[in-house]
Amino acid sequence: MSSVASPPPDSPAPSKSWTVKVREKGVEALPPERLLPDGQPTYVASWIYVFGVASIASLIVIILSGSIIALKGPAWWHYTGVGHFFNSIHMWSVELFFFVMVVHLWGKYWMASWRGGRGRVWITGAITFLVAVPAALTGYVSQQNFDAQWISTQAKDAMNSVGVGAFFNLTNFGQMYSYHILLLPIAVVLLVSAHVLLVRRNGVVPPFEVQERVAALAGAKTDGSAPASPDGATAAEDSSGSHAGGPS
Amino acid sequence: MSIWRTEENTPPWKGRYAPYDLVKELCIAVVVIGLLAVLLTVLLSSPDDKPSTIAQWSHELPADFATTAAKELDETSPTAEYGPPYNHSSGSVQHFLFLHPQRWFGVSHPINTADDFVIKPLETIPNNPALQKALAEYKAAPEKQKKEWSEAYAKPLEAYSEAVEEKKTPPTTVAVDQSTGTVTVKASGAGPVPTMMASLQGLAQSGGVDGSLLTSNQFFQTDYTKPLLFMADGGLLAERAEAQHLLGKQWGLMNETGSYPGQPWLWLYALWYQVEPMKSSPNADIQVLLIMGLLSLAFICIPFIPVINRIPRWIPIYKLIWREHYRAGESAAGGSTS
Repeated sequence: MSSVASPPPDSPAPSKSWTVKVREKGVEALPPERLLPDGQPTYVASWIYVFGVASIASLIVIILSGSIIALKGPAWWHYTGVGHFFNSIHMWSVELFFFVMVVHLWGKYWMASWRGGRGRVWITGAITFLVAVPAALTGYVSQQNFDAQWISTQAKDAMNSVGVGAFFNLTNFGQMYSYHILLLPIAVVLLVSAHVLLVRRNGVVPPFEVQERVAALAGAKTDGSAPASPDGATAAEDSSGSHAGGPS
Repeated sequence: MSIWRTEENTPPWKGRYAPYDLVKELCIAVVVIGLLAVLLTVLLSSPDDKPSTIAQWSHELPADFATTAAKELDETSPTAEYGPPYNHSSGSVQHFLFLHPQRWFGVSHPINTADDFVIKPLETIPNNPALQKALAEYKAAPEKQKKEWSEAYAKPLEAYSEAVEEKKTPPTTVAVDQSTGTVTVKASGAGPVPTMMASLQGLAQSGGVDGSLLTSNQFFQTDYTKPLLFMADGGLLAERAEAQHLLGKQWGLMNETGSYPGQPWLWLYALWYQVEPMKSSPNADIQVLLIMGLLSLAFICIPFIPVINRIPRWIPIYKLIWREHYRAGESAAGGSTS
């Protein structure tokens, strides 16, 4: 039986290792309790926070329904009731996605949620919206029905006028389908992931004039059994008894 | 100071924390949104109007098909006169000041309407000596002669189309039998063109033009540029679109067939086409896209734009959003906090 060599127990960590560097940087930027917190500041107590997580939930439903259609091919939904059912779910989840995302964006605007070094959180959210628009457009022109014919022949003029039509041809079904089911969804998912990680890293933006209240709020004694906060504070129920929050 | 850091700093939260289950919340949200999508599906379904075909077009609107085909042959159709990325014409080439991106990117999808939409489909028809003779005569003729023949054929058709559009009595030089979908054009000096166009009409009605416009060097096809542009030059798509409120003047870009919501997120984009000077400009598309490009950039940069980034403080909607927090703060601080 051959023996397996193991490193001596006191050997130093390989500081030159890229893997270790990535791990250390990752844990430093987002320790597990910050990445998946079990407590939120008590100011995260409004229905507006629901629209952030609703945007992600809609995106998940879009991807799931779209994947089912993709499994059967682009023509399936035209000639089967089940296919049409999943196409309808796909379409309505897109409508819901844009609706909740727009409400989320407006909410974040009125909270000036870029404050305190959170500029990148806003930027990734805004770019996600802008990338989602062509993701939807390529879906409309990939439908293989009259809508696809009309939208592609009309929208091509806008693309051509700025030169984009030379390499992004709305009347080329194969190209548009690739963009719709692979390239643009990947871009949206990466942007949303970056957005959520930035929110977790920076925390949910606090209310205006919080500085003046910090002392008063910190003065209130917390319950020792409440969950630990990412900042080391302990959690306690909001005096109002309500809370809502999410990766918003 | 980092460029990402906006002027206002926010100190780390030292107040209380409430229990929160992120994973549970996400799961509940997925279920709720999924159920909502299913409910909308069950109640409203989704649109799926069948696509038009060239065969259908040539049957239902034979005169429109013949007129369009004649324009493709004499290269006066919208596609023939479009410009890049399809050809070197200039009919639909747009620019803004010194910006000519449509020209800069050149002809990436070359289309010769006479060859691609008429001659090549006709060459696929076998065992038709009259057509072979007409095609040979046409192809051997000098360009000037070809132009004269095709214009002589197109002229009565254009007069017929105009008369139909203006609801006047059509000229007797064009006879249309709607039941059989045949068009007879009395055109003197049109040489072999009437024979060619009659064959094209027959081929189109049999579905042959749909197939031949997709044919290339590859077996598998996914590029519908040619059949779509050919059909868009005619009137069938626009006729269906108008009935479904999809024209540009009907805010069509954000609509879809039926009473479905379409793409309402494009409302701002569609809005610019409804206002002057874009509404009547031949360069409307590039103007609108430049406006939207600038607005998109501004949208991304909101945190760094003076005034815009202060509005949320001046209009205190935040007091509504954080009303629980401020109420709690008032109790803790024992006084007014706004």
